[in-house]
Amino acid sequence: MSSTTPAHRTSGVTESKLMSGSQILLECLVRENVDCIFGYPGGVTLPLYDALYDHPIRHILVRHEQNAAFAAEGYARSTGRVGVCCATSGPGATNLVTGLVDSMMDSIPVVAITGQVSTKLIGSDAFQEADTFGITRSCTKHNFLVKTIAELPQVVHEAFYIASSGRPGPVLVDIPKDVFQAQAHYTPVSSIHLPGYKVFTEGHTGQIRRAAQMIWEAERPFVYAGGGIIAANASEELREFVELIDAPAVTTLMGLGGLPAEHPNYISMPGMHGSYAANLGMTHADLLIALGVRFDDRVTGRLAAFAPHAKVIHVDIDPAEIGKNRAADLPIVGDVKRVLEKLTKVLQETAPESREQNSTGRAAWWRQVREWKAEHPLTPEVSTSEIKPQHVMREIDRLSGGRAIVTSDVGQHQMWAAQFIRFNSPRLWINSGGLGSMGFGLPAAIGAQFARPDKLVFSIVGDGGFQMSIPELATIANHALPIKIIVVNNGHLGMVRQWQELFYNNRLSQVELSSFPDVEKLAGAYGFKGRTIDAVHQLVPALEEAVREPGPYLLNVRVTPFENVYPMVPAGGAINEMVLGAPQPVEV
Amino acid sequence: MLQLISLLVENKPGSLMRITGVLSARGYNIESLTVARTLDPTLSRMTIVVDIEPQLRSQVIKQMNKLVNVLQASDLTDSPAVKREMALLRVRAPISSRTAILKEAEIFGARVVDSSTEGFALEATGDSEKLDEFIDVMRSYGEIEVTRSGAIAVSLEAKKLRLAPPVSRHATAADEADEKLETRL
Repeated sequence: MSSTTPAHRTSGVTESKLMSGSQILLECLVRENVDCIFGYPGGVTLPLYDALYDHPIRHILVRHEQNAAFAAEGYARSTGRVGVCCATSGPGATNLVTGLVDSMMDSIPVVAITGQVSTKLIGSDAFQEADTFGITRSCTKHNFLVKTIAELPQVVHEAFYIASSGRPGPVLVDIPKDVFQAQAHYTPVSSIHLPGYKVFTEGHTGQIRRAAQMIWEAERPFVYAGGGIIAANASEELREFVELIDAPAVTTLMGLGGLPAEHPNYISMPGMHGSYAANLGMTHADLLIALGVRFDDRVTGRLAAFAPHAKVIHVDIDPAEIGKNRAADLPIVGDVKRVLEKLTKVLQETAPESREQNSTGRAAWWRQVREWKAEHPLTPEVSTSEIKPQHVMREIDRLSGGRAIVTSDVGQHQMWAAQFIRFNSPRLWINSGGLGSMGFGLPAAIGAQFARPDKLVFSIVGDGGFQMSIPELATIANHALPIKIIVVNNGHLGMVRQWQELFYNNRLSQVELSSFPDVEKLAGAYGFKGRTIDAVHQLVPALEEAVREPGPYLLNVRVTPFENVYPMVPAGGAINEMVLGAPQPVEV
Repeated sequence: MLQLISLLVENKPGSLMRITGVLSARGYNIESLTVARTLDPTLSRMTIVVDIEPQLRSQVIKQMNKLVNVLQASDLTDSPAVKREMALLRVRAPISSRTAILKEAEIFGARVVDSSTEGFALEATGDSEKLDEFIDVMRSYGEIEVTRSGAIAVSLEAKKLRLAPPVSRHATAADEADEKLETRL
């Protein structure tokens, strides 16, 4: 057996410069094209913050480290670039953990820099010491503890490479104070060698040919596209592919915008709160073309009953996703962008002789899908006497025109936003999909607005999640970020209340959120505009006023308190057993 | 069902924790685990015996292969492999049974590594079942103390080791940064 020693080669640059660890770190960040980092200083990161003092990299001071991680995610999700956050040792680092798990679950490229106590103090229960390397092992794609300044540049570039390549994810670099302070001759890193880190991008040519054949042979093909499309920047390729095979397509919660919502082949989101047509399409398809998805339980419902008639083509960059939840009849491990390019090419070549073979069946399939769509379309509830939360989404959708960035928190409003706000391009819809972290929406909007100053950013949050994020109003005010914060306020933890109502005999336990602050005073206290509305006729003018306002705007919308999200697939149910609004299941 | 996993990993702090983390996160208990460095001191060979439901085996191997520090993880449970374990055993026995103990040791191919008036220290290697028997037999002669190594295994098939090649950092970005650095310093 042969093995290789990781040989860390450097470039031919002979001239090297004496720099501190802090300076070397910042230099490496510059080389990774980092323009801003979200963070919070502390004891052991003092040397780093001293170096930042007059450094061109912009540091955004948040008000809680968790929000630094969420903001870095917002930055990464809205651009595809690596988001960077920074915290001190101990409590600073532990506060990052939720954000790290969040980006792990949603495969978001984030690099977290944490300070650590000096190397000689590690393990001594020093002040603000925590085993960050150990704590974050399972919440990162990879993590590093830098013990010497010599390894620092290599590690930083490895961190960015790991975070952004393959299936993206968070990488943490833990740097002791004495490493920040040490001096060393800095030589730029020219290559990265991680022999164990294998990235499969190209996709197996034979498998791609077989996939093309399966696609032409199918009578009822259905495209199930997810967050992988966004991560791979493959939305153009997806559109071309869908148009070529002319199949109905759904995008998951993580994939919204991966195919334009207004595209004629687009159905909607599938899953627990997906549309009737999307879920029935999955259930009756004979071929499921799964692109950058992970067959999440919120999409599949009861696995045994999921897409029971379908053969599955599963394209994913992570080999561990293949067959994890649903066996793939045809697995293709690769970057979905590259695989779709190649697959579309093969399909184009084979189209002339294969395209017509199932044209009758396919026409019937489309008729059926359109019927389902017409039978139970996703239409927002609107009332003339009170503000329905769905109505809020419809109006935000109208103002956005499929172009605004919308960050959401977690819960009912998240589902309504996903159902009723259309996204015509990727990286507009920013939400915590996998982990479902409350308190995500507002800091994520901060990150997104810094990354995309040109964009209109709505941050749609519930009254629960908003109260987890209130400290960040200061960050917004500090930078006069023109974020439109829309609190969909039903006075409850709506989603938990919905489940208590439906599955716990309406015993509403600890879900009522009374004592919500007066937002006019709250926003006013931070120096920007806030307003509460509770009448339907105020909705449109208030939203328009928010959008017109050049600065931040906090709009508290008092909506009907007992609205529930439908359709709904009860936990453990098959996705075709939806509750469509009335509380009786529909079997199809 | 007991699964035999062989891993080639980078000899770095934290590697072991990442690998066992894949198992502990799923609530699997490790039966045995051995680690030692290979001919290449930067790498270690690890052999793990762990109880995993058969249908989840490949998922666990895939998750291990995803780890940056793991060069290769393979499931040797059903593939041709030699598996050995070592036991060091001290038996306290009266003079009268010493000859019998030596005879038994010979049968099991065990070697005497220490002899005293108290008894013997013996070393034995073999598969787990053979060692179980050996320990049982020795127990019949008197009080014993045993340390077992856990299994090590070597595959009898040549496994192709695929490694990621070095990646060069984007030259132009670095050059630009070089220029920026010049202007700043």
